[in-house]
Amino acid sequence: MSKTVTTEPKRADQKPAMKEPITGHQLPKWSWVLFLAIGIGIAAGLLTLMETFSFAGSIALGVLVFLLLGFIVSAAVEGFRPAKDRLARYVVTSFFLLALLPLGSLLYEVVTRGAARFDWTFFTETQGNTHLMGVELGAMHAIVGTLMITALAFIISVPIGLFTAIYLVEYGASTKLASGIRFLVDVMTGIPSIVAGLFAYSLFSLILGPGTRSGFAGAIALTVLMIPTVVRSTEEMLKLVPNELREASYALGVPKYRTILKVVLPTSLAGIVTGVILAIARIIGETAPLLVTAGYFQLLNANPFSGPTSTLPVMVYQSLRTHGPRAEEMQMLGWTGALTLILLVMGLNLIGRLIAWKFAPKPGR
Amino acid sequence: MSAQAPSSDKERTTSSEPLDSSLVRDSKRYGDTLFSGISTGSALMIFVILAAVATFLTTQAIPAVTREPGPTGLTAVETAGGFWQWVLPLAFGTVWASVLAMLMAVPLAIGIALFLSHYAPKRVAKTFGYIVDLLAAVPSVVFGLWGVTVLAPALDPFYRWLNDNLSWIYFFNAWVPYGDGGDLRPNLAAGGQNMLTAAMVLALMVIPIITALTREVFLQTPRLHEEASLALGATRWEMIRQAVLPFGTSGIISSSMLGLGRALGETMAVAMILPGKVLISFKLLTFDNPNTIAAYIAQNFPEAEGDGNHQLIAAGLVLFVITLVVNMVARAIIHSRREFSGAN
Repeated sequence: MSKTVTTEPKRADQKPAMKEPITGHQLPKWSWVLFLAIGIGIAAGLLTLMETFSFAGSIALGVLVFLLLGFIVSAAVEGFRPAKDRLARYVVTSFFLLALLPLGSLLYEVVTRGAARFDWTFFTETQGNTHLMGVELGAMHAIVGTLMITALAFIISVPIGLFTAIYLVEYGASTKLASGIRFLVDVMTGIPSIVAGLFAYSLFSLILGPGTRSGFAGAIALTVLMIPTVVRSTEEMLKLVPNELREASYALGVPKYRTILKVVLPTSLAGIVTGVILAIARIIGETAPLLVTAGYFQLLNANPFSGPTSTLPVMVYQSLRTHGPRAEEMQMLGWTGALTLILLVMGLNLIGRLIAWKFAPKPGR
Repeated sequence: MSAQAPSSDKERTTSSEPLDSSLVRDSKRYGDTLFSGISTGSALMIFVILAAVATFLTTQAIPAVTREPGPTGLTAVETAGGFWQWVLPLAFGTVWASVLAMLMAVPLAIGIALFLSHYAPKRVAKTFGYIVDLLAAVPSVVFGLWGVTVLAPALDPFYRWLNDNLSWIYFFNAWVPYGDGGDLRPNLAAGGQNMLTAAMVLALMVIPIITALTREVFLQTPRLHEEASLALGATRWEMIRQAVLPFGTSGIISSSMLGLGRALGETMAVAMILPGKVLISFKLLTFDNPNTIAAYIAQNFPEAEGDGNHQLIAAGLVLFVITLVVNMVARAIIHSRREFSGAN
């Protein structure tokens, strides 16, 4: 600031007052490229001098030098306050890029390592006998298990979640019971997934004897995790339905349940479907509860009511712990399992968002 | 209001019944009763499920808490004394890992949320937001797989450097004495599989949750506050400090608490990365790491039997209580601040 004040009289002599810029001195917009290049250069040089040069190291240190450099130069040219503003902008942007880094690395590794076994046998064979060398290995049993358990959880939790949301919005409204249920749904949202698994395990070991493992127990555990998300999203969607629609329906003499079925639900259907799909995407990758309840089995077990059942996430987890002659192959299978999981989850997310976007009420109608 | 309107509606239809019964079908009322019955039943189902969770966990946990010290069927804890002597180090590990993760995640998440709400060009901000949301879509087991096979080995040289040059900082000190001569040797975790890596992966998993919530709060900052600040000559950063952050404080706190609740209960990533033990240690790089409750359960449950099962379920109950408290505090903050938020 003081700098601009001192330079003002000189400038006034040289140029007419009209040309005097009302803003202070500013660094050009591209200056950050220069700072970054210099910063990384300094860092690389420094590390080479210390004989500990590494590419990642010089980038990491370079960004720090870049931030410092940008701040100092900007403080000298533009003043202290703009320098702080510039520093904040750089820091915030680099934080964002920093978060993208692991995401990019993760996707890259999963895709490149998983693609090797992403073939037909992966979907048709089981892990049958890992000790026989001639047998093809696959993850069909785990895929079937995942689909089966997820479908069971879906069948149980969607009706409960949907009707609970209907109660909360249409019947309970602001009664004591409804606010109590809302509180409990909040509590349920916070249940750690492994605790849900332990609950299902305890339930089934009390009924069927200790140590029971089955796909159905896994589905019960996932239900505990899925219900609160379904209730929450459905409740939000039902709340969005304008009251005028309900009142118009009542005015025509339509009973309440038909109003809900024919007016309220169709209006909010897209949002509800999106919420349910996102809830499935959340539970399909759950590992811990299935590890505890459904266990691990290398062959196909299509009966969810008896015996351990493998699922994709559990298979991925177990692939790291496998020893023996074919451990390497099992690990590759694990990476392909991870790839399949990510494709499933992201595909579901995409479908959910597409539905939400396609059927969203257009603004300004 | 809306709750009363239909009931008065219903009265009107019933009162009109004697006038012209052909206008009103009886089945209507049965349908209504049935439908509201199903809805209320489902709502009560939530209560039943939670009660069942609490009851079953407690009944299965009681034998572990009251039993005599001795072998349990869990190899790691056979010599341990009572239940609490064994579960407290695990509870410490759980909280410690989550606190470390939050120390990394909260500043990053606030920065990312600010970037998305106030710095990124409007046109791409939404797409960037989706990209951050993608992080939330990655299953935890995949994070674990990536963490243990990619991230941990990649960070290993860095950890060695930290231990060599910065071991005067207590947390980075992994030297242990060996022999009689007072010599020291590094006791670094194999392949970078230490507390710091586990906390980093936990932070990664929590960041999208905190970011999504804080971004929403930041976007709700009253336009007039921001413009008033800018009109007084504030730079963008000063405007954020004067208008956006004070408005978003409660949002930041509550979303961080929700993220903490998530980090406490996160199982697979820690279970795969951290070969933890039942001990209390603040050191980040050593081979001897404290384990978390959730990871300990996941690592030992498949092989446990008898008393071991009860013990693990009791530990799960402790975890449940911890997360419950954290989540309750978060909700309380959201609730108490709702009336004060000046968003009108």
